[in-house]
Amino acid sequence: MELPIYLDNNATTPLDPRVLEAMLPYFTNKFGNAASRNHAFGWVAEEAVDYSREQVAKLIGCTEKEIIFTSGATEADNLGIKGVYEMYQDRGNHIITATTEHKAVLDTCKHLEKLGAKVTYLNVKEDGLIDLAELEAAMTEQTILVTIMYGNNEIGVIQPIKEISAIAHKFGALFMTDATQAVGKIPVNVNEDGIDLMAFSAHKMYGPKGVGVLYVRRKNPRVKVTAQMDGGGHERGMRSGTLNVPGIVGLGKACELCRLEMDGEAKRLSALRDKLEAALSQMEESYVNGNTQHRLPHVANISFKYVEGEGLMMAMKDLAVSSGSACTSASLEPSYVLKSLGLSDDLAHSSIRFGLGRFTTEEEIDYAIENTKKAVNHLRDLSPLWEMFKEGIDLSKIEWAEH
Amino acid sequence: MAYSEKVMEHYTNPRNVGTLNKDSKSVGTGLVGAPECGDVMRLQIEVDENNMITDAKFKTFGCGSAIASSSLATEWLKGKSIDEAMTIDNMDIVEELALPPVKIHCSVLAEDAIKSAINDYRVKNGLEPIELAKSHH
Repeated sequence: MELPIYLDNNATTPLDPRVLEAMLPYFTNKFGNAASRNHAFGWVAEEAVDYSREQVAKLIGCTEKEIIFTSGATEADNLGIKGVYEMYQDRGNHIITATTEHKAVLDTCKHLEKLGAKVTYLNVKEDGLIDLAELEAAMTEQTILVTIMYGNNEIGVIQPIKEISAIAHKFGALFMTDATQAVGKIPVNVNEDGIDLMAFSAHKMYGPKGVGVLYVRRKNPRVKVTAQMDGGGHERGMRSGTLNVPGIVGLGKACELCRLEMDGEAKRLSALRDKLEAALSQMEESYVNGNTQHRLPHVANISFKYVEGEGLMMAMKDLAVSSGSACTSASLEPSYVLKSLGLSDDLAHSSIRFGLGRFTTEEEIDYAIENTKKAVNHLRDLSPLWEMFKEGIDLSKIEWAEH
Repeated sequence: MAYSEKVMEHYTNPRNVGTLNKDSKSVGTGLVGAPECGDVMRLQIEVDENNMITDAKFKTFGCGSAIASSSLATEWLKGKSIDEAMTIDNMDIVEELALPPVKIHCSVLAEDAIKSAINDYRVKNGLEPIELAKSHH
């Protein structure tokens, strides 16, 4: 077993060697521009891109013509939301999303608010799921788009996508989902789920960074988005820019591997995750964040009360994990996702996210359990809050000097 | 962001972790920060009849830099007089631990904890608390 152990697969995943192998020729002798229609170099590249489109389409149950390649999920989120807003502006200006969305969605919506859009940010329940009745109540005749993520990046909860899309469609709105954490990990089918637009990226499913997809429905209804970049009119006019052929080839291969290996892999990962979570939640004053029924198989988010997340990560120095602690970001604000669940700031500061992946072994999980337990105990020995808790002092009654 | 060697060293081998009897007249306790902000420091000093700090202990809830700052503070406090202790400035801690700008608040908290412990001791012993400059906040 090699140290440190990578347990941050929600941030990014390592490239699968089989993906790399598929990509390599397209950096060197198969270097052509997929838009070069008049020579063999172009044809070879175009053929590779078309094949990738098939591989991607097969994974999410759509047709090849519905795949728009982008630079990643952030661009796909921007293109989907801004593109729909511009295209359907005469039908209405209302967008519905949720407070726990990724910044690529939230900040895009904020941008559109400045341009005249009305945006509803739905709160989530304590378990991280949105309230369907609240969504329905928020729908108006002006609503053109509902955009709710598939699986959450911090806590892994899976939203009731079919129910959400049904509500959106009932009111004549389009339904978009940022499925970056879900595609390749669990079955996602755009027809069964009623998805009109969907963003995701390669590097969360063992593909390369810098390439992603916006799925845009072509039938029932035919959806159009206004391009956000001017240029050569690639990707059926929706996304100009020379195609990243090696990246696209890698994305296709990554999708194919995920499709073939998903069933076994999801079972294996959820068993490992459950083992990790069971062991760590046995510790005193530790809490699992988010709904534990409806969630991705590979994520566990746990708060260890009375220790601070960044300090804890330093003690877990052989483990690469992430924390909702403020100290990990420049903003000094703890995770807005955890706060949306109604977690107090101190519990949000105390959270650790474990993200398992294809290359995680049971031996690594066993090591992670021991390492984390030791670190939590070590930091609690250093924590004045833990000492006060043990003395029976009610910390909420203390007047803290906030700084 | 990588941590400086000195932060790592204090974090790995924190000095003077522990608790003094907060009810003793010779002990001053400073508890600063807030759980909501992600750092709480408790720093305690034991002072003899000559106003010399004979012992110092801390416990900190916070990031590595906060733990290192308080560990360093207890190390510096031991053997100093109260007057000397009052002169410890947060920038001395920043310099010693090579804290990056986003971690300066950890050193500020440590300075506040020192002064708050000294004031607790003074008040217990019938002295006026020292007016603290609020320039950091």
